[in-house]
Amino acid sequence: MMETRIERVLLQLIAPVVAIFFAALLAAAILHFTGADAGSVLGEVVAFGTTPASLVAVVNKATTFYLAGIAGAIGFRMLLFNIGIDGQYRLAVFFAAVVGASVSLPPVLHVTLIIVVAMAVGAGWAALAGYIKVTRGVSEVISTIMLNAVATGIIAYLLAPGRLAERAAGSNNIRTTPIPSSGWFPGFEVAGKEVFGFTLVAAALGIGFWILLNRTRFGFELRASGLSLRAAAVSGVNSKRMIFVTMVMSGAMAGLVGIPQLLGSSHQYGLDFPAGFGFTGLAIAILGRNHPLGVAFGALLWAWLERSSQILDLLGVSREIVTIMQATIVLSVVVAYEVVRRVNVRRQQKLVGRSEHVGIESGATA
Amino acid sequence: MRVLLALLLLSAVADIANTPDLLSRGAVSASLRFAVPIVLAGLGGLWAERCGVINIGLEGMMIIGTWMGAWAGFQWSPWVGVLAAVAGGAVFGAFHALMTVSFGVDQAVSGIAINVAALGLGRFLSSIFFEGQVGGGISQSPHVGQIANVSVPGLAEVLDPIATLETPVISDIAEIVIGVTTGVSLLTILAAALVFLSWWVLFRTSFGLRLRACGENPAAADSLGVNPNRMRYAALTVSGALAGLGGAFLVTVASSIYREGQVAGRGFIGLATVIFGNWMPGRLTIGALLFGFTDALRTRQETTMTALLIVGAVVFAFLTVRAVRARNRGATFAYAIAAVGLGWWFLGFGVVPSEFVGFAPHLTTLLVLSLAHQRIRPPQGIGVPYRRSEAN
Repeated sequence: MMETRIERVLLQLIAPVVAIFFAALLAAAILHFTGADAGSVLGEVVAFGTTPASLVAVVNKATTFYLAGIAGAIGFRMLLFNIGIDGQYRLAVFFAAVVGASVSLPPVLHVTLIIVVAMAVGAGWAALAGYIKVTRGVSEVISTIMLNAVATGIIAYLLAPGRLAERAAGSNNIRTTPIPSSGWFPGFEVAGKEVFGFTLVAAALGIGFWILLNRTRFGFELRASGLSLRAAAVSGVNSKRMIFVTMVMSGAMAGLVGIPQLLGSSHQYGLDFPAGFGFTGLAIAILGRNHPLGVAFGALLWAWLERSSQILDLLGVSREIVTIMQATIVLSVVVAYEVVRRVNVRRQQKLVGRSEHVGIESGATA
Repeated sequence: MRVLLALLLLSAVADIANTPDLLSRGAVSASLRFAVPIVLAGLGGLWAERCGVINIGLEGMMIIGTWMGAWAGFQWSPWVGVLAAVAGGAVFGAFHALMTVSFGVDQAVSGIAINVAALGLGRFLSSIFFEGQVGGGISQSPHVGQIANVSVPGLAEVLDPIATLETPVISDIAEIVIGVTTGVSLLTILAAALVFLSWWVLFRTSFGLRLRACGENPAAADSLGVNPNRMRYAALTVSGALAGLGGAFLVTVASSIYREGQVAGRGFIGLATVIFGNWMPGRLTIGALLFGFTDALRTRQETTMTALLIVGAVVFAFLTVRAVRARNRGATFAYAIAAVGLGWWFLGFGVVPSEFVGFAPHLTTLLVLSLAHQRIRPPQGIGVPYRRSEAN
């Protein structure tokens, strides 16, 4: 009402700041309790986390987290919990690696093919969950958890010497055949370290997500359904179709999660490929309020915490404290948003009350 | 009747596929051992959802249960461990209530955060309390004593001759009875009692009626003088305690150690059994036993798993016939493909790769949920936060 735009943005920013502060305070308290010097540990962590090498690693890792976060956010916008991001992404990157290694194409086409395969596999795997939700009413929370386990089994079966993988020379790692260099995505150098080129694609996808949500009819229907499925249905939105399409889109995005790593540095899928980004993606989406910019912020924060925590083991502190901190941030940010919302409601009620009061008075004098 | 049919089918399959282990006493008692943590997690989910709150945090609460059970168990006694696990689970259940009821946090978000936090907490606390102890480390605890087993005296001796007779169904029944009555952990008996107790409290007491009312229509319950927020605190505390007990079972019965990753998604499967059991304790338990059965087969002989291919083929054939009668063309098609596919697999390959066996329980869940979902009725107020001042 009398609220300026700046005021609104500030109100939105209070919550994450308070949450991070609270989580840091809790971590410090735990450190103190376990007998470590919280101040010096924090100093070391910040010092390590701000070296150029760390920052590049943070950006690379954040790219992966960002894609997972956007995948989560797409679902959240439709009130869907895509817990299957983890399975979708692993299956997608595995098949992308296999297909990428088995063809020889000119550079741009090769990379495109790998990306398309990854998106298709991720979308297909998510479509299963979407399909049984729409036709049989099975909650996507349960079905995607189950599909994660099935994906794990399928990969475990196919990722074996003699099937679609081979034993890497001189190590215990079992991996797919490396993708030839025509299927690599070139990075760029910052401070002597290579940043994934796919970071730019991820940023573009974030912008695309924003445009889709805010500037297209589909986005409007998506947001409307997310606010009230029933109201949207009454105004002619086919909610079943929306649920299915959203799930597929979320899955396609989830399929890309492993791509920066695959095209940028690993060039193969092996037992050592990072896994378990599913919950990370959801947490980051929550932290970023499903907004592309917020999710970017959340991804960077997450990546920074994970990177700088690596120094903790050297300092004699278990780095799992960061996991606890991350969970604390997610919870306290949501609590803080809720508190801000309640304060806001009260403030607006007061404002409305005052203006009505004024209205009655002016009406009486007229 | 259905149970008898299932028994006949399994018994016949055990003969045809020549896998006597399918219904041996070992398999039965192993199934029971695998089923109990899932039953307890399922009951936890039931208590929460009957009161209108989804508890995705069950997994995390079980992890806390395993850790607390091991921590108290290795220092004092396994029973103290069980108590500590229940207390730890209850605290996290109450925390879930604090988040969802008092702070209005989305129920799934709070649950996910609890799962993430529990993983981190388990490792972090292990690094403080278990590292440096004999056999302990960042990912596992020192040795924990086990809860005692009991048997019905004399019964095994009486039934043993019948079981070894190898008369088709009768011997199998004898084997099952022996499996259920010999070497049963006291915690298993406690779990069985809790299934009954949950049913009695939820469906035969006024407290249970009020609790369920808050799961169906909190505003209506509120208008009749039941405080839904307080009820949800109570329900979630019980829910967490049950999940914690499930964790304690993993530490003090299924193994004798806390190990990272030990819970392995059982909390989620417990959540699935709630739906599978249509939010009723008895049917939920049957679902959990089914999971326990597939889980147990996995750890035994690989050939035994093959026998399940036939079971699957027969079940799908039955469903096909039923779908034909109901003139449901889509379902007929799907079931027929599944039946032929499984039969062909059994005849053509005869083996199930061990990697596939790993997700058999999950695939079963998925199939059962998508095939048997018509008559399911969840509590109406589930997942919806309730704010007293904003009710309408």
